[in-house]
Amino acid sequence: MAEKIIGRLDGLYKDFSRKGGAVTKATHYCPGCGHGVIHKLIAEAMVDLGIEDRTIMISPVGCSVFAYYYFDCGNIQVAHGRAPAVATGISRAEDKSVIVSYQGDGDLASIGLNETMQAANRGEKIAVIFVNNSVYGMTGGQMAPTTLVGEVTSTTLDGRDSDATGFPLHMCEIVNTLDAPVYIERVSVSDISKIRRAKKAIYKALEIQRDAKGYAFVEILSPCPTVVSGNSKANTEFLNTLMEKEFPLGLLRDKSQDAKPFYREDSCFSKDKLDSLFSLSTYGNKDAQIDENFKDLEVKFSGFGGQGVLSMGLMLAKAGCVDGRFVSWYPSYGPEQRGGTSNCAVKISGRQLSTPVIDKTDILMATNRASLDKFAGDVRRGGIIIYDSVIGDYKMPRGVKAIGVPAVEIAKKFGSERAANTVMIGVLMAVGNTNLSDESFERAIEETFVAKPKLIPMNIKVLKEAYEWAKSQ
Amino acid sequence: MDKDDAKKLPYPLIHPDVCKGCGRCISACPKNVLEMSEKFNGSSYHYAQYIGEGCIGCANCYYTCPEPLALEVHVQEKKKTTK
Repeated sequence: MAEKIIGRLDGLYKDFSRKGGAVTKATHYCPGCGHGVIHKLIAEAMVDLGIEDRTIMISPVGCSVFAYYYFDCGNIQVAHGRAPAVATGISRAEDKSVIVSYQGDGDLASIGLNETMQAANRGEKIAVIFVNNSVYGMTGGQMAPTTLVGEVTSTTLDGRDSDATGFPLHMCEIVNTLDAPVYIERVSVSDISKIRRAKKAIYKALEIQRDAKGYAFVEILSPCPTVVSGNSKANTEFLNTLMEKEFPLGLLRDKSQDAKPFYREDSCFSKDKLDSLFSLSTYGNKDAQIDENFKDLEVKFSGFGGQGVLSMGLMLAKAGCVDGRFVSWYPSYGPEQRGGTSNCAVKISGRQLSTPVIDKTDILMATNRASLDKFAGDVRRGGIIIYDSVIGDYKMPRGVKAIGVPAVEIAKKFGSERAANTVMIGVLMAVGNTNLSDESFERAIEETFVAKPKLIPMNIKVLKEAYEWAKSQ
Repeated sequence: MDKDDAKKLPYPLIHPDVCKGCGRCISACPKNVLEMSEKFNGSSYHYAQYIGEGCIGCANCYYTCPEPLALEVHVQEKKKTTK
């Protein structure tokens, strides 16, 4: 007798090892939670439509923050309410992807309301699964935008008072005022007959994505027995009566028959394309190459705003680019245009960089005393501090080589105090053990002054003079 | 788990250790052939169990169950009638 098993879905993992814990086959959700039911419906639709391999699930902030423990497809977890923005980005970069934006009522209707409206209005190709349980479940049952008038929550102990906190937001109806959405439906997973209807709605929303037809919005009234009613039976009753009265179930819009598939141009992130987009065609640098032998370099540039510490950092970053290294340049400054302190971190590596942030530095380039106070302690043992000698005497940390540079004096010889930054870079080139070629520094100067070509020969002279000065010390 | 190999199709298979005892499947069963255990599982939940007969394979229990890996329904494969 041939046997068929209903269950064991391919769209979900067979074991939730990402979750961990004693029982890795059980979810992290509370008993009776609607998320598990909805996860199964999405997974089933994904498999039935054959789109697992191109589906990207966006986990929100809320109880379903860990949806990526369960869905066997592409997964991204995003900041609170930002799912529509990230979904838009993915959709536009990966036109063939199917994007499911899974969000709760706090995430979608409160902190993420604006982005939800904008994405819906643009008709982005996203299937939005909006799980409405009427409260903030994860944080302990506070009032949400969808809390019913009179509903008791941990922040409305006498029930929601509409005089003080207004009325529940009806997201389907709000989205339905916009022109772009293709499909809008409100369903429920309170009991089996409604779950079967919800299954169809979710399938439809994903089908619209498979066919690249545009924005689909499915609101799902979902049980939260833990904070709403105490047990599953009472919660089913709550959903079927009070919730449905406020949020009537039904199809608000289905334009999927008439909607035409639309495709965007293939996204291209090649260097040539980006160079031309940002008018960087003069660079012509080679792509960064992986080089396990290259010793990573972390340099901090710090000084007064307006002294050019950020552009000094850029010069080094450009030298790294010229040499075909992986480079990041990460500025940090106060709101003032001049007079505040600013700094930037430059990383140069033989491998792809995962973060531009640095804690410890190999070299500190400081042009004022405050910078030494702040960052000298972060320099590694055996590291170097290159500072402007106008700072005067300073008690440097032990195990660090410190070089005071009369930057302005050297620059003045060539008629421009403003070339003091180039002096600092020249010294860095001479003593910094950067493993970057001297030629790359010269090229970096050329690129820095590409808009003012007259300044190039002078700055190269300054660079060489500073280099000679440093070598003679 | 039930050791009975000669189970008659259709039947639900409930994994006691994964079940959290919410009772949604018991409410959803049209034939009332599911019940809550007296015993506790390893996570200190009562768990749903099949009384052993009467299942019609409607899979209502499967769809109402919030735990994706707790419950599955074994049914007879529908034979395609060929003329």
